[in-house]
Formats: sequence, C-alpha cells, structure tokens
Amino acid sequence: MYMITEQKPFEEILQSLQGATSVYLVGCGTCPAACRTGGKPEVLAIKEALLGAGLTVPGWMIIPTACDELAEQAIVAQGEPIAEADCLLVLACGLGVQNVARYSDKQVRPGLNTLFFGQRDEDGRFVELCLQCGECVLGRTAGICPRTACAKELVNGPCGGYHNGKCEVDPERPCAWMRIYDRLAAHGQADQLVTTLTIKDYRKASHPRRTVVVAQ
Amino acid sequence: MGKLMERLTAAQFAVTAEIGPPKGVNLEETLRMADLLGPLVDAVNVTDQQSAVMRVGSLATCRLLVERGIEPVFQLTCRDRNRIALQSDLLSAAVLGVENVLCLTGDYVTLGDHPQAKPVFDLDSVSLLHAASELTLGRDLAGKTLTGAPAYFLGATVSPGAEPLEPQIQKMEMKVKAGARFFQTQAVYDTERFARFIRDTHHLGVPIMAGIVLLKSAGMARFMNSNVAGVNVPEPLIAEMDGAKSKRQKSVEIAARLINELGDICQGVHIMPIGWEQLVPDVLVAAGLREAVPT
Repeated sequence: MYMITEQKPFEEILQSLQGATSVYLVGCGTCPAACRTGGKPEVLAIKEALLGAGLTVPGWMIIPTACDELAEQAIVAQGEPIAEADCLLVLACGLGVQNVARYSDKQVRPGLNTLFFGQRDEDGRFVELCLQCGECVLGRTAGICPRTACAKELVNGPCGGYHNGKCEVDPERPCAWMRIYDRLAAHGQADQLVTTLTIKDYRKASHPRRTVVVAQ
Repeated sequence: MGKLMERLTAAQFAVTAEIGPPKGVNLEETLRMADLLGPLVDAVNVTDQQSAVMRVGSLATCRLLVERGIEPVFQLTCRDRNRIALQSDLLSAAVLGVENVLCLTGDYVTLGDHPQAKPVFDLDSVSLLHAASELTLGRDLAGKTLTGAPAYFLGATVSPGAEPLEPQIQKMEMKVKAGARFFQTQAVYDTERFARFIRDTHHLGVPIMAGIVLLKSAGMARFMNSNVAGVNVPEPLIAEMDGAKSKRQKSVEIAARLINELGDICQGVHIMPIGWEQLVPDVLVAAGLREAVPT
C-alpha cells in the first residue's frame, strides 16, 4: 500500500515560497520515494532548482516515514539548519506535511499533491483500490470495489456506458461492473451481479473521521 | 392520469420525443420545438442538462410545457443533486403538475462543460426510483411522513445494444422492483438485436419504448459506432445513408422504417431528433403513425 503523490509544478512551488529567502527541504523515504516524488533524488533536484531561482537551502533531510513519530525526532535533530530557514518545503503526502507542521514551529509548504491510496498493478502503475467509504461491499462484488473503480461510484449495477469492457468516461479504464461480472461469471454466478438495493450512508464517511482503539 | 400513462398501461402504442432546454434564458426556440412536437406525441421528454452541459432546468421547462397544454416527461439525473435535492425536486414536480419522471443516473461531469464540478451520485437510477416510489407512499427516503403524497408515472432507461446484455437486464429488473413502469431505450438501429432484447425482457412485463435517433450522415453513424456505448448502426444502413442524395429525406425514411420494424415488437418509440426536430412530423407521417397535415 502506498499513498500516491505527484509533484506540484515548480512554478507553483516557487509561488508558494514568495517572501522566503531560505528554505529547508524535507523528503520522505517511504511512499514519496516509491512514487519518485519526494525521495532523495527528487529532494536534491528541487534543491538545485531552488538555488537556481536565487534561494538558499540551509539543509535537507529524508525522514524515513514522515507520517509517524520519526518526524519529530528528525526535526529535533535538524534543529540548527531548520532554525536558519524561513520555511520548510515538504515533499511528502498530506499526512507527512501535517505531521511536520505539528512538530515544527516553522511555516510549512507542500511540494506534492496527495492523490489516492493505492497499489501497484501488473504493469507497474499505481491504482486506487479503496476509497475508505466505511461500509465495505466487497463480499457482494467479487472482491472488486465498485465505489472506487466506477467513476460514478455506482453500487446497484453498471450504467449503460460500458463499451468493449471499458468505461465511457475514460476508454483506458476498465468498467468496474464488467470486471465484477466477469469474476462472478467465472464462479458460475453471473446472475448474481445485482440482486439487492443498496443505498449509501455518507455518515460513515463524514469528515474528519476519528476512531478509538481501546487499549487492552 | 396523463396521456402517456393511459396509453402505456392500456397496452397501446405510445410516442414520445425529446427536447433540450437552452444554455441561457431565451426559450423561444425550445418552446417552438415543443409546440411543433407536442401535438404529435403523447408526451415530450425534457432532458436534464444532457451530456453534463449546464442549461436551463428540466423541471422549469416541464412546467412551461404544462402551461402550453403539452404533457412533459421530467428527466431527472443523480449527477448534480444529493438525495435531499432529488426528493425535493420530485415533490416540486408533483406540485407543478408534472407526473411523468424518467429517473437516470446521468452522464459523468467530465464529459460536459464544467469538468471541474463535484460529481454527486449520492443516489443512482435504481435508488432514485425507489425514493420516488417511497414518496408516492407518503414517506421519504428517511422514512419521514409527508404532508400529502405525490403521484408519479415513473420511467427508466436501458441500453438494449449493450454487450454483454445480461448486466443491463439484471439492472432493469432492479429498476422494475424499485418502481419503473416504463422504459425508454438508448438509440436502436439493429432490429435483430433489439428483438432478442425484447424476448429476454418479456418476463418483466413492462412497456418498452424503442429509442430512435435521427441519423444525419454516414459519418455520424460511424462516430456513434465507435464512441457511443451500446449503439450499433449496421453497415447496410451506413451505406444507405452514404449513398443518399438528400440526407434529410433518407433520415426520415430510415427512422420511419425503424419505427415500423421496432414498433411491431415493442410498445412505443421515443424519438431523439438532436437538432432535426422539424423532421419529426415527416417521420411520424412516413411511419403511418400520424396523418399528414394538409398545407
């Protein structure tokens, strides 16, 4: 599982740094490294670009996992160069950026856009598999999530827009319900594609979600 | 009871045609089309921001038709409204004298002219039909009691040319269970395939109106074949269109022929003229459904 990110256009990053002359760079060694958006090579490339734009970079680091308590330790350890900077540019996902903001009193700027939480497919592309709806239907849909894989998040069967097994919204994208249908058919259950009415409950996904894990 | 419901529930052949409200508040042309089609058909469908392009609302236009003595079919999609707005619009429709409602999921936002918009899809075609049926029973989707229950004649859509067809039929069954009492289909050109579809859905016992989209050219036919899901214009029809001197005349001829062939095996036709509204009277006369008006 990875949190999938993309780098913001450099122009946008530069604009967000307006007013700063000195920028400390933070990368993350986990998902952004895998996505090649905020690992060491990317952080060094951004460093060169910032220097080229006339900014100074008093230091940089790659936190092994920017979204957990390692961020606090790393920020403390880098206290001196961070103190020299006007702000921190963080090449991490939304969790990582917010975690850095939590442990540092410096202003924080995100260098990435967080896209989705996903997995690599056979072709090495990252794909979204779960949108955390809070009411899992996978038991009825042959283990394929229609809310994630269908553009319209349909839960009561396909629309009329499938064409050669693909989605009319994007001809590159397989129709979620055709994938479900094919898997059910392989189990001799093609007639079970949609049998009961499902009405979504968005209370389960009302932001921000919190949960309490009771300590044993 | 409206004319459409009366005819379809009495197992009589029914004809509907579609108009689309404009982008902007000048409704002159739209109402001219409604006045042209209204007297020839049992009801006029008004699209709900078709292809996800922002326009005047379907409900407001439906009310204007009611005021002109034309029976409308209010097309309602789940793309732009959550269940609160959908149910409210359904109640508003009843208050405004609009009884026929075609419940659709709706085209996806990125196909339209505001691709940045939030796609809603809180409900879908099936759960929308269910919500509308609940309203007629005097309660809303949350189970709350209504002061005065509305009455609707609820319709839905199906794509008879979809491949595979079985998922469409299973969804159709869900729509019937949720309250759909008639179906209007995606454009049909392949009559053999449509005949199979009619056989496979006979058990549902629900009237089906075949979708007729006026062909404008061979190019349009080829475009639909490769880009519109569930539409298959057979090669001989394309060749016929290609070789025609007058495309308009050929379009009328083909539509009338389709209406006759399809009309024999289903309970009505739904005509989508897409800009060639003025040809609809000729189509209906050529199909023998209406008498020619002496000029």
